[in-house]
Amino acid sequence: MDFLNIPLPAILAQLVVGLINGSFYALLSLGLAIIFGLLNIINFAHGAQYMLGAFVAWFGVQYLGVNYWAALILVPLTVGAFGMLLERTLLSRLYREDHLYGLLLTFGLALIIEGVFVQLYGVSGKPYATPESLRGALNLGFMFLPKYRAWVIVASLVVCLGSWLIIERTKLGAYLRAGTENSQLLQAFGVNVPLMITLTYGFGVALAAFAGVLAAPIFQVSPKMGSDLIIVVFAVVVIGGMGSILGSIVTGLGLGLVEGLTKVIWPQASGTVIFVIMAIVLLIRPAGLFGKEK
Amino acid sequence: MYQRTLYFVLCVCLLLAPLAIYPVFLMKMLCFALFACAFNLLLGYVGLLSFGHAAFFGLAAYVTGHVLKVLELPTIVGLLGGTLAAGLLGLAVGLLAIRRQGIYFAMITLALAQMVYFFFLQADFTGGENGLQGVPRGSFLGLDLQDDLNLYYFVLAICIGGFVLVYRTVHSPFGQVLKAIRENEPRAISLGYEVDRYKLLAFVLSASLAGLAGALKSVVLQLASLSDAHWHASGEVVLMTLLGGMGTMLGPVVGAGTVVALQNYLASSPVGVWLPAPVVLGAIFVVCVLAFRRGFIGELQALAKKSFNLS
Repeated sequence: MDFLNIPLPAILAQLVVGLINGSFYALLSLGLAIIFGLLNIINFAHGAQYMLGAFVAWFGVQYLGVNYWAALILVPLTVGAFGMLLERTLLSRLYREDHLYGLLLTFGLALIIEGVFVQLYGVSGKPYATPESLRGALNLGFMFLPKYRAWVIVASLVVCLGSWLIIERTKLGAYLRAGTENSQLLQAFGVNVPLMITLTYGFGVALAAFAGVLAAPIFQVSPKMGSDLIIVVFAVVVIGGMGSILGSIVTGLGLGLVEGLTKVIWPQASGTVIFVIMAIVLLIRPAGLFGKEK
Repeated sequence: MYQRTLYFVLCVCLLLAPLAIYPVFLMKMLCFALFACAFNLLLGYVGLLSFGHAAFFGLAAYVTGHVLKVLELPTIVGLLGGTLAAGLLGLAVGLLAIRRQGIYFAMITLALAQMVYFFFLQADFTGGENGLQGVPRGSFLGLDLQDDLNLYYFVLAICIGGFVLVYRTVHSPFGQVLKAIRENEPRAISLGYEVDRYKLLAFVLSASLAGLAGALKSVVLQLASLSDAHWHASGEVVLMTLLGGMGTMLGPVVGAGTVVALQNYLASSPVGVWLPAPVVLGAIFVVCVLAFRRGFIGELQALAKKSFNLS
């Protein structure tokens, strides 16, 4: 069975690849959206923190004997704590200024973090072994899907939906949503908003680090792994609109699929298709697909 | 009055500078100074942070390189072609980007610039990873531009022209409206200004001048490469403007000079071996944003105002 003279299995295979990329877009844009919601800051260092996640996992294996499964928990905690430190010492000084300064500050941080790692480890990738239990492949009929990639899709979906449930269904999430609406009023009710901001930033950074650990066995661990990815994620965020948590997840996965599909139909355009979609969305719905005009 | 004296002294210094400093290095500084001035027109006077200005700079560098090397047309045609191309790209990007404000504006310009970057990466005429090398400098009205000193005065004249254009724009009624938009956009709208048109015009002007800077750069260094269009270059021009003082006329010039000199120093001295340029630039970014938001010139102006009550 063919579609546009392209064999159907090839399309399905690329869709699965797209879904994997989409999983990373979803995790990263979710983190960005959560941070933006409460802090009104675009975290430019998100790509660097994703890279940091992969590197800390690699350190864990290399020097401390921390295996993949432990890293999946410990690395987000470590990098998230580092994020909280950055927020307390640097970002928190800027809340009264124009929000653009937050973007510039995190841009500077991204340059520093990436620069240090390039200096120490060069630009070539470091291999990270796939965990024993996830080696091998599943036969889907139309393609062999490496087990690890299937795990990436599942894990990121679970984490994304889990985060969504926490935000929508728990008391802590209710505080977060209230803070996004009006943080001053929330503080007047006796909620420790500065602490909440710190924890939220830490959580967003931890999501990026989690994505980094997931990515380590697929893409090699390299200092530059986050820098171009983050701009695609920015486009994803613009397309989805900042208003909705679920929106950022859906848009991330959806755009991964679109990108995968473009790879079969017109490979040269696969690098740019997300940006083209962004341009179209901006023309038709400037606030983004799920966004609300403020 | 003191301002006029300052500009005069600066011009004399620039005219005499090649006696003491390597002209190609000076020209590189001038190109980036023009680039930063063009960027500052948008950030400092309209309050729009574009994170994609490298696309205009890079596109113009490629177009100029192509016109001079492949089509073998005169230098001035190459420069005009590059500037025009950047202006047209600016029109397209501007039309999209001005639909959103603030942080979104920054992200949209960044994403569109990245799209342009991917296009350059794949297109044939850019030479991919190698870039366009050996762009001929040609001549202008019988002046041989192969000679570094001739080229220096040619570039200096164009850069001063660009600077005067920015100066005139900012101090014109049009510039006043731009500042009004920066200060309070809803109010400007309520006064009956078609804000979007003003923003778009400012954006196109800024993109064209950034293009002119890129075009000059490809003539000076005889090279147009992917790094001109990379988002790191967009970040650098933000840093130059911020460091020198955004919303001041001379700030971007000072900032560009400082950053280019610093990069040059790190690339050639032993310090650069263990202290890579991105880390230094990133650290300056952080310090600027946290403690030094007015930049060199902005701080100086504030100081002058305080101590001498000059305006």
